[in-house]
Amino acid sequence: MIDKKWIGHELPPAVLPIERTRLQFFAKAIGETDPVYTDVAAAREAGYPDLPAPPTFLFAAELDSGAIDLLLERLEIPLPKLLHGEQGFSYHRPACVGDTVTVRSVIQDIYDKRNGALEFVVKSSSATNQRGELVAELRTVIVCRH
Amino acid sequence: MTAPTFDTVAVGDELPPLEFPPVNRTLLALFGGASGDHNPIHLDIDFARRAGIPDVFAQGMLGMAWAGRLLTRWVPQARLRRFDVRFQGITHLGNGMRCTGRVVEKIESDGERCVRIELQNTNQYGQSKILGDALIALP
Repeated sequence: MIDKKWIGHELPPAVLPIERTRLQFFAKAIGETDPVYTDVAAAREAGYPDLPAPPTFLFAAELDSGAIDLLLERLEIPLPKLLHGEQGFSYHRPACVGDTVTVRSVIQDIYDKRNGALEFVVKSSSATNQRGELVAELRTVIVCRH
Repeated sequence: MTAPTFDTVAVGDELPPLEFPPVNRTLLALFGGASGDHNPIHLDIDFARRAGIPDVFAQGMLGMAWAGRLLTRWVPQARLRRFDVRFQGITHLGNGMRCTGRVVEKIESDGERCVRIELQNTNQYGQSKILGDALIALP
């Protein structure tokens, strides 16, 4: 069982510089055809200073930083048992190439279902830019299946 | 297609659906690198088998990114207020996913006129893999 003492635990901040080639790589991987996400001129035409990060991109911050690995290690969740249960975003302002986004997360809840056969960890995060402005809030439910 | 506005959109309207070619290993490797998700359960069949799983499977966030594309080709991303999904099932190699969305509610939220969209990703066998919900502000 995952120790409930981790409720309230804060993960180290994850700093993600939004970079053009990374966004173009992401766009390729998801088959994006809208030039707003790959072509700087099209992004500027649409009112952005540079390519915008697409809606789910900020999830990368804590993968890149290692914060997710640390979370799994601390909570003793082995990779083979890990599933992504839910993911949510609420949006406040765009993050574009040139911005640096910092994601700060706290473990909000830990609970189980089916007498412990499934354990759930709820993580809530805020993403702010280099000016300290709120970019997005994220909510993640990870599942450990036994 | 003209850009949707609050007055022209009706409950029950469907967003133009998006279809994707069957999931293959190259796609999972590309998305793993691009998204930062290096979990070998999505990339390495040997790791998957040692874990008792017959083969690698798609990252949940790949399906969510696809559903996001359904939204951002309907309205500019700046209109997106909320985007929530529940991962219902594993998306397997060979699954050809279809993303659909439907307007289910017209509401006012934080002083803005918004529509709520229900989203679903299903494979070619009609199995649902993602159920989602998005809130979009419309002019």
